[in-house]
Amino acid sequence: MKEASINPLDDPLAIAQAWRGEGRDVALATVVETWGSAPRPVGSHLVIDGEGNFEGSVSGGCVEGAVIAEAVDVIDSGSPRTLEFGVADETAWQVGLSCGGRIRVFVEKVD
Amino acid sequence: MKLDVLTQLNADRAARKAVILITDTETGDQRLIREDDIAGSDRAELYGALIRAGRSRPLKDEEGGGFANVLVPPAKLVLIGAVHISQALAPMAGMLGYDVTIVDPRTAFATEDRFPNVSLIAEWPDVALPEVGVDRWTAFCALTHDPKIDDPGLLHALEKQCFYIGALGSRKTHARRVERLTEAGRSETEISRIHAPIGLAIGAQSPAEIAVSIMAQITAALRLGQVAT
Repeated sequence: MKEASINPLDDPLAIAQAWRGEGRDVALATVVETWGSAPRPVGSHLVIDGEGNFEGSVSGGCVEGAVIAEAVDVIDSGSPRTLEFGVADETAWQVGLSCGGRIRVFVEKVD
Repeated sequence: MKLDVLTQLNADRAARKAVILITDTETGDQRLIREDDIAGSDRAELYGALIRAGRSRPLKDEEGGGFANVLVPPAKLVLIGAVHISQALAPMAGMLGYDVTIVDPRTAFATEDRFPNVSLIAEWPDVALPEVGVDRWTAFCALTHDPKIDDPGLLHALEKQCFYIGALGSRKTHARRVERLTEAGRSETEISRIHAPIGLAIGAQSPAEIAVSIMAQITAALRLGQVAT
């Protein structure tokens, strides 16, 4: 029978809880706003640990690297921050939301 | 996010309960709105609308502000009857994101050849349904035309408060069904939750068209609440 339950192997929120339970430092990134043709919908998650391991996706691969780097800072400082990526932003262009969309990503520590 | 908030949120999701996590993205402060607490909350209407829409979004200032992460369980569709209409309905519902389960004790109907890639249980509803986990995020259709099979299913669906319950059959057939369910102890209000004749009145003729009318009615019940008839 096909089960509609939450699969801990591909569910970032379940993974965040499991990793934290193992004593790892954990940050959670969430897409909170999108404009134009954003690759992942609002509410998508990326979970990152203190070593830079990650699961999930906020952009289908375009800006994950930058989010992970910021997440490691958020783990160190404990303060949440909101990141914005899009074509209007020179730095963001380098990490490449080349589809022309813009996204805002909220990054917080799980503690 | 506090670990206890995350733990509660995941427990509710695992129990197939909707939750809304509201985050102040400036401070990181968070509030978890649990499905069972919505009715008594100060913004019951807003939270109910967010859950029906099933989409996360930033809230306006007049809505209290912050970001609302809306987490709703994946909807299920349970069909009583491995019938012709179900052959059209099951793939259509799959496309719309439903987990489909078909229950029919008649083994000649409930075959994998007729229903590839669908969870199929060749058992009577009173045996099969307790294992299926029918809940309020479930749409339920009784499609066999046979009261021996349909009625126990409908009683189960009413008890589990499915967000949508529909039953195939004419007005006359339904009038007799209402009599039987009344005899079984169901109230008029409960029985009135059953959409019968099933589906929106779009003049559907073929099984596929009837499936469209049923899925449209289910979608309206899911997204608009209990207003579609």
